[in-house]
Amino acid sequence: MTQPIITFDKVNKWYGDDFHVLRDLDLQVAAGERIVICGPSGSGKSTLIRCINRLEEHQQGRIVVDGIELADDVKAIERVRRQVGMVFQQFNLFPHLTVLENLTLAPMYVGKVPPKEAEERAMEQLARVRIAEQAAKYPLQLSGGQQQRVAIARALCLKPRIMLFDEPTSALDPEMIKEVLDVIVELAGQGITMLCVTHEMGFAKAVADRVIFMDQGQIVEENNPHDFFDHPKSERTRDFLSKILGH
Amino acid sequence: MAAVFTPIAPRRAPAGTTGPLAWARANLFANPGSTLATAVIALVAVLAFPTVFRWAVSEAVFAPDANACQAARGVGACWGVIAEKWRLIVFGRYPFEAHWRPELATILLLGLVAASGLRAFWKPWLAILWLLVVPAFFVLMAGGWLGLAPVPTDQWGGLPLTVMIATFSIAFAFPLSIAVALGRRSRMPAIRTLCVLYVELIRGVPLVSLLFMASFLFPLFMPVGKSPDVLLRVMVAMTLFAAAYLAETVRGGLQAIPAGQVEAARSLGLTWWQAQRKIVLPQALALVVPGIVNSFIAMFKDTSLVTIVSLYELTGALNIALNSDANWRPFKIEGYIFIALVYFAFCFAMSRYSLWIEKRVSAGKAR
Repeated sequence: MTQPIITFDKVNKWYGDDFHVLRDLDLQVAAGERIVICGPSGSGKSTLIRCINRLEEHQQGRIVVDGIELADDVKAIERVRRQVGMVFQQFNLFPHLTVLENLTLAPMYVGKVPPKEAEERAMEQLARVRIAEQAAKYPLQLSGGQQQRVAIARALCLKPRIMLFDEPTSALDPEMIKEVLDVIVELAGQGITMLCVTHEMGFAKAVADRVIFMDQGQIVEENNPHDFFDHPKSERTRDFLSKILGH
Repeated sequence: MAAVFTPIAPRRAPAGTTGPLAWARANLFANPGSTLATAVIALVAVLAFPTVFRWAVSEAVFAPDANACQAARGVGACWGVIAEKWRLIVFGRYPFEAHWRPELATILLLGLVAASGLRAFWKPWLAILWLLVVPAFFVLMAGGWLGLAPVPTDQWGGLPLTVMIATFSIAFAFPLSIAVALGRRSRMPAIRTLCVLYVELIRGVPLVSLLFMASFLFPLFMPVGKSPDVLLRVMVAMTLFAAAYLAETVRGGLQAIPAGQVEAARSLGLTWWQAQRKIVLPQALALVVPGIVNSFIAMFKDTSLVTIVSLYELTGALNIALNSDANWRPFKIEGYIFIALVYFAFCFAMSRYSLWIEKRVSAGKAR
């Protein structure tokens, strides 16, 4: 393995004084790798990926992203965030801005891209998620699936090297899940490093290089999707898989 | 078997749903309670109307004739007092022959305020306009330049003073309140404590006592003759007072914005300030437009309290104008009704503006 693009080294994190959400967590992600993270609720999987762009601070250990260690240096964190796009469960689009303005905001203010070029870039990304015709609308005028595709396009506008997906389809009506997953699958074919928290196991089989199972703040098991689903090693993984695949 | 034709009973034509009769049925006589309320209100109106009409119109004196007014006293209103004294009420003790100066200054300032309320005018030149109009306002009012006779601030008064105190207090209180509201949510304990202290201290004190402190107490702590003008001190007091209330309104708006909005902004690499300015504040302020305008209206009316520190804005000017003239002194009620209408015109305009803004803000969000 060449120099990893993301490294977690004995990372510990607590919420408040007593909830130990990440326990001595070690993880290395190679550039271009596609990882799916699953696990029961409260296992720390969202916290893990939110630590990568420092939406959450860890208290012990080291996290290095794209050669930059995440600590209190605000400038360094902002540099990391430019390299890391994030897609949220609740979309988190800006409701007071049009779809196009949602996409041009960061390039203009963070990337210092001239407005005209930012718009061209935005339209390019909107076309990529097949929603260019909605550019002038406001987010709340779109369906959930459309909103999530806009959110993906927005995260791509800064040309990140890493994309984080935090349960991107959990808040969607069932008939909209596919349109969003299709977009992510397409993205996966293009060499971008991806970490995705999801329980969509079909999706995991189709795109993941590695599936990570987390429980109680630790990585319990990780493997390629074939072995992970067909020959889970630990009891806890088998138990979890039987619950989510058992119906 | 052949179908048998059975005619159904004829129905009454539907009651009209439009027109004045239908409106009255729906709004005045919809149920017994509503009918009763309508009857009581109508009765009171019918009983009161002749008295009010006699006093305000039929027996009233409209000409500025002091003798006729004295004769009609107790029976009819004396609107002549307005015709006679309106310039003193509107401009206070400002030198009579120079009234065009506060008049022009006030029109300029109100025009500027009106332009600032329209989004279409939010261009760089609006800031330049402020930088031109505000000094022009003070040059016109104070004089001593361009051949204008100097007029000391203790002679400023009436509506120009009301408009000036309200405009500048609002213009400074609004940004200050945003800073304080953000400060109260800061992660830095020192800033947070400072902002909480500020809001709680100012809110815990009546405006009147703040005005007394600004006017009488503050100069005691300054070297003799070095204290800034009383008008400035009073405006600072009004600003600080209003900003404390406004800050809480703004904070309410900030708290209504989901954490995900800031997270999304930060994940895109925006700094904390950029996230507040571009994402949080536009949404938060739009939510609390009614509360903000509420505070603005309250401030406009609170300017009448500066009378107690000897600044004669509209309310104070009315008192001077009538007290100084024995012929007209008895007709204060008419004067108060007049200035009440002036206050109402300004406050009503602000309240309509608030409704208009609300409609525009929600237009883009409709599904």
